[in-house]
Amino acid sequence: MSSTAQSLPIEISSLCKAYGPIKALDDVSLNIAAGEFLTLLGPSGSGKTTLLMALAGFVRPDGGSIRFGDQEMIATPPHKRGLGMVFQSYALFPFMTVAENVAYPLKIRGVSKSDQKTRVERVLDTVELGGYGDRRITQLSGGQRQRVALARAMVFEPRIILMDEPLSALDKKLREHMQIELKALHQKLDATVVYVTHDQREALTMSDRIAVVNHGRIEQIDTPERLYRQPHSFFVADFIGESISLPVTVANDTAQLGGRVLKSDLAIAPGSGGHRLVIRPELLEVMSGPVPENANDFSGRVNDIIYQGDSVLVIVEHKSVGMINVRVPANRAGQTGLPSKGEQIGLALHPEDTIIVPEQVS
Amino acid sequence: MEQVGQRKIDGLWLTVVGIAVLFFLILPTLIVIPMSFSGASFLEFPPTSFSFRWYAAYFTSPEWMSATKTSLIAAVMTTAIATPLGSLCAYGLHCSAPRIRNIAQIFVIMPIVVPVILIAVGVFSLYAKLGLNYTLTGIVIAHTALALPFVIVTVMSGLQNYDFDQELAARSLGASRAYALWTITVPQVKFSIQTGAFLAFITSLDEVVISMLVSGGDNATITRRMFNSLRDQLDPTIAAISTCLIFVSISALVIISIFNRNQKNKDQL
Ligand SMILES: Nc1ncnc2c1ncn2[C@@H]1O[C@H](COP(=O)(O)OP(=O)(O)OP(=O)(O)O)[C@@H](O)[C@H]1O
Ligand SMILES: [Mg+2]
Repeated sequence: MSSTAQSLPIEISSLCKAYGPIKALDDVSLNIAAGEFLTLLGPSGSGKTTLLMALAGFVRPDGGSIRFGDQEMIATPPHKRGLGMVFQSYALFPFMTVAENVAYPLKIRGVSKSDQKTRVERVLDTVELGGYGDRRITQLSGGQRQRVALARAMVFEPRIILMDEPLSALDKKLREHMQIELKALHQKLDATVVYVTHDQREALTMSDRIAVVNHGRIEQIDTPERLYRQPHSFFVADFIGESISLPVTVANDTAQLGGRVLKSDLAIAPGSGGHRLVIRPELLEVMSGPVPENANDFSGRVNDIIYQGDSVLVIVEHKSVGMINVRVPANRAGQTGLPSKGEQIGLALHPEDTIIVPEQVS
Repeated sequence: MEQVGQRKIDGLWLTVVGIAVLFFLILPTLIVIPMSFSGASFLEFPPTSFSFRWYAAYFTSPEWMSATKTSLIAAVMTTAIATPLGSLCAYGLHCSAPRIRNIAQIFVIMPIVVPVILIAVGVFSLYAKLGLNYTLTGIVIAHTALALPFVIVTVMSGLQNYDFDQELAARSLGASRAYALWTITVPQVKFSIQTGAFLAFITSLDEVVISMLVSGGDNATITRRMFNSLRDQLDPTIAAISTCLIFVSISALVIISIFNRNQKNKDQL
């Protein structure tokens, strides 16, 4: 899109919002870079929508500050914030055609009729709905409605776009397709995107950075990869990806599991309430020979083997810690041959994959 | 097989009872229509002769015409005030926290639950102090108070089926709250607002008890005059007026449903 507008950074500091005893936002501070795709990820009721609505101006925070660029927004009414917003329900106007829906923000801004027409057509082309302008909303499929909502939110070239679970009403296949498309679209647009989802896979796919929200607080904000490989807390480790966890004792920056020292390259994040070792099934290596000296040894006896299409899940019984899941890609399993039930196998957890997290962030 | 037969008998029963109930509901209303075309000078059923003389009596009587005018003006003004006021009130309640909404709803329903005669006595004593008895303003204010709950309840139920995110979306797209309300929300609860307006109109037009106390003189409503006339002599003019009132009410209802039908058709296109 041609663009006179430039994306804006967002600066949120010490934002608070309480609903009675519930702290929906508990002292949230967050800086979002201009042009960034930032996702708010968290379980139901964690405060994602509340934060987004505070950015949009529909929720009045009890305290704190929100800045777009260098402008304080906390007292600005929603219609003067210049945001594009996509709702979970799409919130399309059912008594208007597709083109009328998309033209609504232009009409308000006093854009001339002919300009409206060309801009509506252009943005409908961008979302691959060229020629759908005269349709009624009721005549569209879920995916098409989603695109109309998107077109309507970006037709006036907002510098910030907010989306609250925009894909959750679509089926899995369409959702995955739209994730890729949205990401590509973001690269074309010059806009900062704040995206809300409770689907960790969606967050990992789309985001430049992810802010993990829990109980109205931001537990960690990082790139998808760092979030996955170096979670700062048990909550983050548990919420993102698959894992099992084991309680460990930590003293002088070294962790011990059942009396054995765990070798880890990763820093142990500060926190309280004890620590846990997080083992992701895909990070364990099945060794054909003995487990190397520098790795953590989780060898055990194969209890079960479950074929899952793209991968094979091997369930290993370790004599002191119990069951451990190991994921082996299906093609590798095919090459090297799978262990058989009852067989004793070597399992290595390498120091760079040994994740030790506190129960709670401090 | 036996069960199917049993169900058929049950169905027949329901139909018979249903029709009987409808009959008893409508009959008293309908009986007045033939009586209004009677040629006799007293109310009789069935009528023995046919004439328009009671319609002529109604339309040529200055007292009846003045009362009709008062009633119509009061009904129109009540509708004009209660509809926007009640709609905004419903909107406000819809947007407020559930706890506030629940408490407010009790107050909103109050005028429907409290016996009208109590309201009438209260209004009369208050108006005596304010000098509003026997004035059109007084009638309109009292009728508006009676009509408001109907508007509020119908519009609130309309809002319940409306996806309120649409208004938020409009505001995020640059519309002020008032503009979003007017261009996005109102068109979608239009039918509820129309229904509320209709109920407000009928509430005012039909109202007797408050009108008995508060209206009078030049500003007597038609219901008050009818009531008095019934007490003095049983005059078939009443039947003619009733028929006209039925006609007005049914016309309003028909107009509303035609509006609604057109609206639905348009949405489905
Ligand atoms: N208007 C409100 N009144 C009272 N409590 C509210 C209100 N809005 C949100 N809350 C509470 O604030 C907390 C955060 O809600 P929020 O809607 O932000 O969660 P969320 O992360 O978006 O969850 P979800 O994934 O289910 O959409 C919840 O405990 C919720 O019950
Ligand atoms: Mg939410």
